[in-house]
Amino acid sequence: MSLAHIIKSYTLWEFVKAHWLTLKYFFKPKATINYPYEKNPISPRFRGEHALRRYPNGEERCIACKLCEAICPAQAITIEAQPRDDGSRRTTRYDIDMVKCIYCGFCQEACPVDAIVEGPNFEFATETREELIYDKSKLLANGDKWERAIAANLAADAPYR
Amino acid sequence: MTSFIQSYLGTGFGWFVAHLVYILLIALPLMLAVAMIIYADRKIWAAMALRRGPNVVGPLGLLQSFADGLKVFLQETIIPSAANKGLFLLAPIITFTVALMAWAVIPFDAGLVLADINVGLLYILAISSLGVYGVIISGWASNSKYPFFSAMRASAQMISYEVSIGFVLISVILWSGSFNLSTIVMTQKGYYGDWLGGLGLNGHAFNPLLFPMAIVFFISALAETARAPFDLTEAESELVAGYQTEYSSMSFALFWLGEYANVILMCALNAILFWGGYLPPIDWAPLYYVPGIIWLFAKILFFFFVFSWVKATVPRYRYDQLMRLGWKIFLPLSLFFVFLVSGFLMLTRYGAAG
Repeated sequence: MSLAHIIKSYTLWEFVKAHWLTLKYFFKPKATINYPYEKNPISPRFRGEHALRRYPNGEERCIACKLCEAICPAQAITIEAQPRDDGSRRTTRYDIDMVKCIYCGFCQEACPVDAIVEGPNFEFATETREELIYDKSKLLANGDKWERAIAANLAADAPYR
Repeated sequence: MTSFIQSYLGTGFGWFVAHLVYILLIALPLMLAVAMIIYADRKIWAAMALRRGPNVVGPLGLLQSFADGLKVFLQETIIPSAANKGLFLLAPIITFTVALMAWAVIPFDAGLVLADINVGLLYILAISSLGVYGVIISGWASNSKYPFFSAMRASAQMISYEVSIGFVLISVILWSGSFNLSTIVMTQKGYYGDWLGGLGLNGHAFNPLLFPMAIVFFISALAETARAPFDLTEAESELVAGYQTEYSSMSFALFWLGEYANVILMCALNAILFWGGYLPPIDWAPLYYVPGIIWLFAKILFFFFVFSWVKATVPRYRYDQLMRLGWKIFLPLSLFFVFLVSGFLMLTRYGAAG
């Protein structure tokens, strides 16, 4: 045991150094964001809550090709289709089980008309599981609600696709 | 105030009512202080981890503790079916009352003390030893293995560190010549007043013979209240939540309150025994215009900050390291300083040399 070692251990030098370090950290700016009031920036490719989009004239985009249903690895999408009165092919049922969904984004990739997309919203926690089984009206409502952000994200990402 | 109330209610009953009021005057602000200090603890800890801590309930999150208290109050008290019901419920009550009882002898200002008894320090030692019972009883009555392990650890830890605390207190008592906390505070007045031109320092910690004891007492206080580096009793990676594992609702809240009341008590004892209690840090006349209670609170808050600071800095001790520190370092060291202090006093104050 050297003299320096003895002096160090009797003055609790390591502790003093450690406390000086934490005191410096005490006055540093916080690393965490103030979450519900501040949010981190997210990529335009962020895969959040699903939405069914419409054309600007209000016509829904989905043509019931069922590509998304086919590609979905978690088999979370259920689609039933029928010709509408005007003869166009439309879905009568479009359900996504958000509990099954793995948010891989394949449905969005498969869609030929950019109808089903994963929007930027990630705050859709619910109190029951039943609320997480989204039907067509819920998805269309999401599309109407988030259209502006979804369109901007798609436009931002378009050059890279 | 006692005589004022006695003039209306008679000597005996008036005394009783007056002291009931005094007790409430100490206990209620203490509970409030505990709530705020839990908040402060979380905030300080968070700041050192570069987090924000509670900041949603009330302005800056100041009401967080009250929200937590309300939540806990509204929950169900679950008593495990295999538990010893009477003792199970008694344990948190013991911890809580014992933590409050010790405050009876704490002098908040000159003459501002509930019970100015001459064996104040002995009383505090006795009361803090009683605190072990709450932990042991809760660990045993829970009839569950982790609380039981925790209770064994806690009792061994508290008893070990009480030994060194006892010797530290003896050196203070020898220097002050009294067990009375108010007298101990007053004997700390004006260290080196002659050399520093009248501006002496108030506090035994400025005495080189007692400064190491101040450090030992502080670290022992951390161990005695089972705070951060010595919080083996509730080492969550090993023992779930320690002796509180089976507790819920108000019985849990009583433990929580008792623990933090104990922490504040230890901060107060640090301030009173070594850092001049209700005296200002420098023996300079204008500083005495600030009421003593404010100096005491400032010191308590400072020591609480250091408690949280330590909690945010150091990792938990291993159990054998804890025991080694208590028995093989602190005990011989404090014993040696009792010898040094008493020898020094014998040579200087009591004139054994001449």
